[in-house]
Amino acid sequence: MDFSFLLDYKNFFINGTQITVLLAFFAVLFGIGIGIVLAMFKISNNKFLKGIASVYIEFIRGTPLLVQLFIIYYGLPYLGVEFPDFPLLGQNVGDFMAGVIAMSINSGAYVAEIFRAGIQAVDKGQMEAARSLGMPYLMSMKKIILPQAFKNILPALGNEFIVVIKESAIVSIIGIHDLMYNADTVRGNTYKPFEPLIVAAVIYFIITFTLSKFIGLLEKRMDTA
Amino acid sequence: MSMIKVKKLNKYFGDLHVLKNIDLNVEAGEVVSVIGPSGSGKSTLLRCLNRLEEPSSGDIIFEGISVMDDEHHDINELRQKMGMVFQQFNLFNHMNVMENITLAPIKLKNMDKDQAKKVAEDLLKKVGLLDKAEAYPAQLSGGQKQRIAIARALAMSPDVMLFDEPTSALDPEMVGDVLKVMKDLAAEGMTMVIVTHEMSFARDVADRVIIMDEGNIIEEGNPKQIFNAPKHPRAKDFLSRVLNLF
Repeated sequence: MDFSFLLDYKNFFINGTQITVLLAFFAVLFGIGIGIVLAMFKISNNKFLKGIASVYIEFIRGTPLLVQLFIIYYGLPYLGVEFPDFPLLGQNVGDFMAGVIAMSINSGAYVAEIFRAGIQAVDKGQMEAARSLGMPYLMSMKKIILPQAFKNILPALGNEFIVVIKESAIVSIIGIHDLMYNADTVRGNTYKPFEPLIVAAVIYFIITFTLSKFIGLLEKRMDTA
Repeated sequence: MSMIKVKKLNKYFGDLHVLKNIDLNVEAGEVVSVIGPSGSGKSTLLRCLNRLEEPSSGDIIFEGISVMDDEHHDINELRQKMGMVFQQFNLFNHMNVMENITLAPIKLKNMDKDQAKKVAEDLLKKVGLLDKAEAYPAQLSGGQKQRIAIARALAMSPDVMLFDEPTSALDPEMVGDVLKVMKDLAAEGMTMVIVTHEMSFARDVADRVIIMDEGNIIEEGNPKQIFNAPKHPRAKDFLSRVLNLF
């Protein structure tokens, strides 16, 4: 095995890693937004909202991410929606926006379940006490339930971030210059079909391993708090 | 003046008929103890008063206003005037004692922080826990938690206090401290409805005792009369069982 190509091509891996991490970060960030709203729908007493959330979650979790990605990537332009360039990244990274949207929509369904479980793990008495003082539902949620649910949620959210980092490799298919895409480019340029993949795998592993250690630390911290 | 008037209150849990046509009056300044075997509906009745439990039918008039009348009255505003104390305390675990007590007055009554803190300190003095202001619920004993929970409810200066088996989850040696706080409160003229298993408390402090069984009020009257000469056979049966324990 010969890794001497790294001297010439290291920037491919560095840039690709940046795009991968950024993509995962924004996907989870927007996913959290979508997830909170869906989780609130799901635990509400409104059958209509509950239904919307259930259908969304079941559908997203029941279909392949690749299909969802293609639906967004080919479908939205077909319907007349153009993907804007992502601020700061410029134009030479491919349709970063399409990747972020698809991954967010996907992640939102999983995050919703994380939030729902986290919220429902908070003792019912907490909500009752807040309501008995006269606090409206949303205020009770915001001030009493969510801060406590967050303790249950944070580790699971970290895991979701790890999952998204790994699954994000799929966006290379639509030409986003992420780690996987760039590794593939290096394979082509150097006529080395194998070694660049090893490099990519090691980078993915370093990111996810570091993250999971970090989450473990965080969990320990919270147990003592 | 009647503070709470319950009219033909019914509550079903699915097919289970847990409250059957309950009528009840609570006068201002009155201390009413509700006793009865478990499953008799007494906690459900109490929780219907501030609609933590949604009544299936009937009406509840609080200070002349129907708590069921969502069109004209905000239940959240009515609840501010009905303090509630729970069996499991339900202190907000992520907040210290001071924050637990001041949160609602600051958020709901627009009290400024210093003022709310002063109110809280007075209340903490009253329940004998001023030194615990910075403690978190996890650092408190059950009895301390319950006294804080009472202080938290009082911080909204409610017109009535609802107690849902406030001493049932406590170790025996903690019960006295909580009961003392409640006795003081009664002596100050607070209107109180107390679901309890503490027969001695019901006997010594309550102005009126209500015995419930299978969703009905089977007997009510002043404690002396109830404890010494119950009329209803089921009331007799219940009292003989619980009083024999002493």
